[in-house]
Amino acid sequence: MTGHPAPEVLLRCSGLTRRWGGLVAVADVSIELQRGTVHAVIGTNGAGKSTLINMLSGELPPSAGRIELLGRDVTGWPQPRRARAGLGRSYQRNTIYPEFTVLENCRLAAQSRWQRPWAWWQAADRCADSNASAHEAASSVGLAEQLDVVAGALSHGRKRQLEIAMCLATAPEVLLLDEPLAGMGAEETDRMLDLLDNLRRGHAILLVEHDMDAVFRIADRITVMVNGSVLASDTPEAVRRHEQVQEAYLGGH
Amino acid sequence: MTSRTGFVVVVFAALALYPLLAGSYGLDLVTKTMIYAILALSLELLVGSTGLVCFGQAAFFGIGAYVAVLLGGRVESPSALWLAPACVGAAALYALAVGALSLRTRGVYFIMVTLAFAQMAYYVVHDTPLGGGTDGIYLNQPPLLLGLDLGRPLAIYGTTLALLAAVFAFLALLLRSRFGRALAGIRINEQRMRATGFSTYPYKLAAFTLSGGIAGLGGFLFAVKDGFVNPELLSWHLSGALLVMIILGGLGHPRGALVGAFAFALLQELFKSEAVWGPLARHWNLGLGLTIIATVALLPRGLVGLPRQWREALVGRAARGAAGAAS
Repeated sequence: MTGHPAPEVLLRCSGLTRRWGGLVAVADVSIELQRGTVHAVIGTNGAGKSTLINMLSGELPPSAGRIELLGRDVTGWPQPRRARAGLGRSYQRNTIYPEFTVLENCRLAAQSRWQRPWAWWQAADRCADSNASAHEAASSVGLAEQLDVVAGALSHGRKRQLEIAMCLATAPEVLLLDEPLAGMGAEETDRMLDLLDNLRRGHAILLVEHDMDAVFRIADRITVMVNGSVLASDTPEAVRRHEQVQEAYLGGH
Repeated sequence: MTSRTGFVVVVFAALALYPLLAGSYGLDLVTKTMIYAILALSLELLVGSTGLVCFGQAAFFGIGAYVAVLLGGRVESPSALWLAPACVGAAALYALAVGALSLRTRGVYFIMVTLAFAQMAYYVVHDTPLGGGTDGIYLNQPPLLLGLDLGRPLAIYGTTLALLAAVFAFLALLLRSRFGRALAGIRINEQRMRATGFSTYPYKLAAFTLSGGIAGLGGFLFAVKDGFVNPELLSWHLSGALLVMIILGGLGHPRGALVGAFAFALLQELFKSEAVWGPLARHWNLGLGLTIIATVALLPRGLVGLPRQWREALVGRAARGAAGAAS
């Protein structure tokens, strides 16, 4: 016994492959996401990052391979079932509900855990469970002051925070975040990185991101994808020194 | 009470008082319009609340009406207490079957598939002995509601008004519930709802079935009011007119369906009036069509969106005025 608890793997994929006709978008990718870590996936446009995240979340069936969530084989599960089992994802573009307030956005997401659609006489805002989760999620991303603001009127940075809050409201164990920093200013980026740093505790996070400075600041592990395959998967220091990565992607970064 | 609830209360109070001053023509017209309002409400649940543009609502309506006549004609003085639920149930069952298949498609395909199913139902009653062909069938004995003869104009008026109010209140509650919020989420971004853990198909199917049942209730009322059904009740013209009503009134809230149904009926009466248009009244469809195009172009949020539109215009003018004064 070493004294360290064994790393708790929350999401594991092995041999994950996606073909579009003759084109292989993702080839034989295996990744393990551990609780308490941020695992970044980087690569140029078209490297297969989005296809990978779509297969993990259940939007796209893989051509081959296997996905395990919390020890269960979920390869054949539809997306909503995976989400209810603890898999949250955010999108590259904003997918908040612009006409709802911040609180309503979070409450609708939280509601997925307490679905009682037959209770048609009970107003949605009277559901204590989803109210509590919604408040908690909004506060944890720093939107406690904006609960009654209509989401469409938020600044871009706040919208991205709300996007994460809606994930958190469903109480996921695994977070798949697709470019949460896209289009953000320096200050907004710092705030988001602090948030991710906090979320690291208790969650396993897969981060797809183009902002290399941010990735190297936050990630515990980095997987580099080129043309659908994994070129390297290691600690940030090792990836930075990796020769092929230098040539293929970082360009002497 | 908010101004919106106030508005709805005033509308229903006016409808309740209307028989005191109405003649038989007016009573029949408003009964018919209230039935259309029930249909418009059923369609609003799909189009405005869930984002499912259904082009076959007339089929549910027609099935409700035909079941009322076919079942009601088999017994001596049928009771509305079982006949109406039977009409609702038959229409809902048909909607469940149509929805189960058509909800697997999206967008314009969904529109076409619902239209195709409605046309199938139309030709079933049009071309088979079951529905009495183009001549239609008569309901010889109007049903009784707790001893009340629904064949009398005032009785059917009151019943229709009560059911319209019930449907309206039911939908208003439903849309505020968790089920209603989930439907709104599906309308705005179904993919996001799935990523959040909602299996959206059962939600959409439930809304579709419910909508069909409500339209079937409208069919029951229509059959009892006229004592007669024919295949035209299932025609796509009606499905289209219902879509126009809810767009005219304003999508997204039951009020829009209510206002749209009455606005549509008023416009129709206006353009059909020979006292106003003389011989041109024969071409009332043209005037109605042009007015609807103009309304949709000028009122993006429909008639119920007018107060907000005016408010925003006033605020915009005031802001421009202030900016002009400052410079």
